[in-house]
Amino acid sequence: MHWALSLVLLIALAGGCTTAPPPPSPPPPAPALVDTIVLLPERDGRATAVTVTQGSSQAVLDRPYAAATAAAGGGGVRPSQSSAADVQARFGAALAAQPPRPASFVLYFVEGRDALTDESKAVVERVFAEIAARPAPDIAVIGHTDSVGAAAANDVLSLQRAEAIRRELLQRGIVSQNVQASGRGERELLVPTADNVAEPRNRRVEIIVR
Amino acid sequence: MKNLLRCMVALGAAWASCLCAQTVDIGRVKVAKGQVSVLRAGQQLPATPGLQLRAADEVRTGADGAVGITMSDNSTLSAGPNSVLALDRYSFDTTTHQGRFDSSLRQGTLAVISGKIAKQSPESMTVRTPAAILGVRGTEFVVSAGDAPAR
Repeated sequence: MHWALSLVLLIALAGGCTTAPPPPSPPPPAPALVDTIVLLPERDGRATAVTVTQGSSQAVLDRPYAAATAAAGGGGVRPSQSSAADVQARFGAALAAQPPRPASFVLYFVEGRDALTDESKAVVERVFAEIAARPAPDIAVIGHTDSVGAAAANDVLSLQRAEAIRRELLQRGIVSQNVQASGRGERELLVPTADNVAEPRNRRVEIIVR
Repeated sequence: MKNLLRCMVALGAAWASCLCAQTVDIGRVKVAKGQVSVLRAGQQLPATPGLQLRAADEVRTGADGAVGITMSDNSTLSAGPNSVLALDRYSFDTTTHQGRFDSSLRQGTLAVISGKIAKQSPESMTVRTPAAILGVRGTEFVVSAGDAPAR
């Protein structure tokens, strides 16, 4: 019987040899490229989030190392989880190129005058040390008032104070195009108060070196 | 009369500051390693620390490049090698903190720390990638664009 079985197999093989080869199938499409997003822990612990959206599909990343991927060909947003090690491996070069964080300094004025308090004069020296420590610094000078008086008047007053400090920085050699002055009026009370409450700690000029 | 004069001077200063704000850079290059350039109106500029950036600038890094940028709202963006980052749209009012910041990562890797624009209005800062759009709600995150999928 074995010879009969072998014959059958041979025929099957022969049959296979005599049929025309099938046409080559087209190559499979290249897999779509993928984008990846990972939320990082916030330094000062404040709540953070980033939303990732593709069409009607959305993921909200709101915990440290929460992650999501999305493919260029579609398929929606897929949530996942990353880690510090994973992030360092993939994003180490980008993270290493992060600029130094902006540094903030606050100056106070002697009550009712345009002169800085003695403490604030010392703060100005720290500002210059920070400027010297950065390769390409630019400076923002921001004036603030307390809530006494009309909002529009406080906008003008806070800008005036910032301009005055800016002029002092220019006098000490900072290049004009590297210092911008602005006034925030009473929008950012350091010490929250009701409207029209005098509070010296709110009357200040902030210098940001970045 | 003195008060009126003072008022006019202050208003003039405010107006001049406002004008200045429109021609001021939106941000500056702070860190540049290896090959980094900025494409602006068809022209390629080398990106060195201190270079002032404008809306529509496209920042590109080579195989050995990395770049760090600080924007005028204190947000920072830094890119790793082989990256293309377009600063599509940027406006920031230093008085009200109203603003808009839309950027696109066409390829490569990016680390972002959001600033005053996102803090004032979390709908106002976005980053677009080829496959998704990110809404930034006051945050620190990383994103990579255009990787081959993992098997």
